[in-house]
Amino acid sequence: MEKQIALQLRGITKRFGPVLANKHVDLDVYRGEILAVLGENGCGKTTLMNMISGIYYPDEGQILIDGKEVVIRSPKDAFDHRIGMIHQHFKLVDLFSAAENIVLGLEKKGRYNLKEINAEVAKIAERYGFHLDPAKKIYDMSVSEKQTVEIIKVLYRGADILILDEPTAVLTPQEITRLFDVLRRMKEDGKSIIIITHKLNEVLEVSDRVAILRRGEHIATVNTDETNEAELTEMMVGRKISLNISRSAPVNAVPRLEVKDLNLFDKEGIQVLKDITFTANGGEILGIAGIAGSGQRQLLEAIAGLQPAADGSVLFYNPKKDRPVTFYHKSLKKVKEMAAQGAFHDRNLNDVSFRGMRDKAIRKWVESGDVLFREDEEMNLRGKDPLEIRQLGIHLSFVPEDRLGMGLVGSMDITDNMMLRSYRKGHAGFLDRKKPKEQAEEIIRELQVVTPGVSTPVRRLSGGNVQKVLVGREIAYAPKVLMAAYPVRGLDIGASYTIYRLLNRQKESGVAVMFVGEDLDVLLELCDRIMVMNGGRITGFVDARTTTKEEIGLLMVRTEQREEEAHE
Amino acid sequence: MNIWLNFLLDSLAFGAVFVYGSTGEILTEKAGHLNLGIPGIMCMGGAGGCLFLSMVGQSSLPPFLIVLVGIFGSLLFSLLCGFIYSTLTITLRANQNVTGLALTTFGVGLARVIVNKLDPVKYLTSTKSLFRWPFADRTDSIQYMGVLFFLAIIIALVSGWVLFRTRIGLHLRAVGENPATADAVGINVTRYKYVATCIGSCIAGLGGLYYIVDYMGSQEAYLSVEALGWLSIALVIFVLWRPHMTILGATVFGVLYSVGSYLTNVSWIKVTMATTPLLKMLPYVVTIIVLIVSSIRNKKENQPPASLGLSYFREER
Repeated sequence: MEKQIALQLRGITKRFGPVLANKHVDLDVYRGEILAVLGENGCGKTTLMNMISGIYYPDEGQILIDGKEVVIRSPKDAFDHRIGMIHQHFKLVDLFSAAENIVLGLEKKGRYNLKEINAEVAKIAERYGFHLDPAKKIYDMSVSEKQTVEIIKVLYRGADILILDEPTAVLTPQEITRLFDVLRRMKEDGKSIIIITHKLNEVLEVSDRVAILRRGEHIATVNTDETNEAELTEMMVGRKISLNISRSAPVNAVPRLEVKDLNLFDKEGIQVLKDITFTANGGEILGIAGIAGSGQRQLLEAIAGLQPAADGSVLFYNPKKDRPVTFYHKSLKKVKEMAAQGAFHDRNLNDVSFRGMRDKAIRKWVESGDVLFREDEEMNLRGKDPLEIRQLGIHLSFVPEDRLGMGLVGSMDITDNMMLRSYRKGHAGFLDRKKPKEQAEEIIRELQVVTPGVSTPVRRLSGGNVQKVLVGREIAYAPKVLMAAYPVRGLDIGASYTIYRLLNRQKESGVAVMFVGEDLDVLLELCDRIMVMNGGRITGFVDARTTTKEEIGLLMVRTEQREEEAHE
Repeated sequence: MNIWLNFLLDSLAFGAVFVYGSTGEILTEKAGHLNLGIPGIMCMGGAGGCLFLSMVGQSSLPPFLIVLVGIFGSLLFSLLCGFIYSTLTITLRANQNVTGLALTTFGVGLARVIVNKLDPVKYLTSTKSLFRWPFADRTDSIQYMGVLFFLAIIIALVSGWVLFRTRIGLHLRAVGENPATADAVGINVTRYKYVATCIGSCIAGLGGLYYIVDYMGSQEAYLSVEALGWLSIALVIFVLWRPHMTILGATVFGVLYSVGSYLTNVSWIKVTMATTPLLKMLPYVVTIIVLIVSSIRNKKENQPPASLGLSYFREER
């Protein structure tokens, strides 16, 4: 039987300012097939699909449905042409039941009868093999159930062409299998399904054909059973775009942070970190790899003092050797105690002891800058909160993955966000706004933050610019340890490289950088050493210069750490 | 016994003021807007009604037309307030709390000027009995239950039904919970917000008219409308955003509010001048207790609408 073409794209082009997101894309989708759209992050997959579902409007080209040209200007237009898209971020009202969310916005004639709607929804669910209770509230649902609601919402509106944007990113393997079963059943029902993904194994498992996009261009469409993983990779990546990160060899790598046998339990008493032991060196970027949720976030938060670790230690070596003692973070009493233990020497390397001296004289001597530390200071950060850590004079910077939740205050402007770091400075209880403002202006200038001005709420900035502000603030704090969790998540290529350059510059100035990343290519190019975690444990360390993706991939799924690899 | 039955009926009649205020506020809050201008709007609704009644009160129009003219005046003035509030908070996205408080100050002041300038004979003495139809001839507590009392009950029941049993209600609640989602499925968020806020204001405004012209029927009544407005906002929390429950809640508030004056009839309780204000704060105490209990139970359905107090702007992330 000849297959019918359901949807045709002809020469679709879309620009965002100077960026060409899609370039003359031609694509055919047949009835009763699953088409996978494959491509790397930022290759224009989602943009292309957003044009079909009415979120964007193409600059050039035509969209044809059943051979007729159509104009899709809004999601409603798309629905009228029986196209439905399931976005990565669900749009559901938490307080409503599944059925209420499904009928939301429909202006149907006749009485609104929830019982009938529930029955209709249950019928659709049964037809495609979903497990869904129409009366269940969204806030009681798991991610996979919410996705089911979104899919049924689209089906209820009579969609024949379904677009799923990275539907498996948030699902467990079992849920993925169930989703694929449902997709196959819909295919048999004559629906056209477009699934956007960058995971090759899923493409091979579920799709009939694969369309490969690279940098906004449609490279090829191949039949799934005539291709293999290697061929797809080659088409997807093309000529490998080498990352332009100039990685220098670590200079003077000295231990800066030493974590020993750290254990952490969450609120429910489940162990999220188990026997974590590693050293982060100054002048080095330590990459942390692992499947999302393997304890990377908790580890950084435990070090930053945001999560109380059960036991173990986090030792910080403050580089004080041969530097003058100050009263900045220490009381006179503490200085005297330390002198009695022989912690200081003078410029001629003689022991400093304040025995028999008056306080005033001690003060004078210390303030003259001639009293120096004999060794680096060693401090245990475990059990201290961020304020206590700061009061110890330890410059520890943390770029959390939740930028606008933990990192910055969205409704405050850039200056005020700078002050989150410095509000304790200033005189006699008054805030010093001048310096943070200068700092904000400097960050805007140096990192080329695109913003109308320093007084714009950071919430209004784009993701990349928000991240620049956050990273800029943390770097301006002159950290000794810089921890960054997924700092380039959601950022475009340009912004990502700015962040990489910033991290590299910090490394070169002797900072111990810890980088949690998800893109293995970037980890391999940026880091010096990579620590791999799985299930709250460290499963291995590798040298980023010599290792391969496959090696890291194996470590990411391994459950036990092998002894011989522990300190490679 | 008769005293207590009278007391209950009186509380019910008195509570109708709260039914108006709270139902209006609930509709507004369900659209995601916290309208603290309700006390001012109730004053303006009362003043508008009085102004129109003073024009037709002694004319030879049929009684039901005079009542309608009064209601029309009330609706007109409160709609104006509601429209000011909507324009500022929905279109211009001004801060809702500030706008609401300003509107209360404005409404209370302007209403006092208007009512003070009116001749009580023209709008009160001549029309009071018209509003108390069908119980105009009675002298017991039932006499207070006139046209506007029954209208309050009907409005509360209809609002509850619309909100929880119709498509429009579903859409309105979606707007108050998650406007971005509502927008994505093609609901006109701005229109829903405007209509809900304006209708809510109109309903609240009728409460002012009811209290001044019908329930109290005295020139001084306008002075206490503002306080009743604030109690209405408290009642919204007390009934956990359920319009039909305002009838019950308003009776409880009515009982608590006026229990002081009835306790003087009980021989073994001594109510002095000093204890009356203490008794008058009972409704607020009960509201605080309800807030605490509902917060501890933390049931999602009993929480305020999720986007209450937040402006919605499509292009903002």
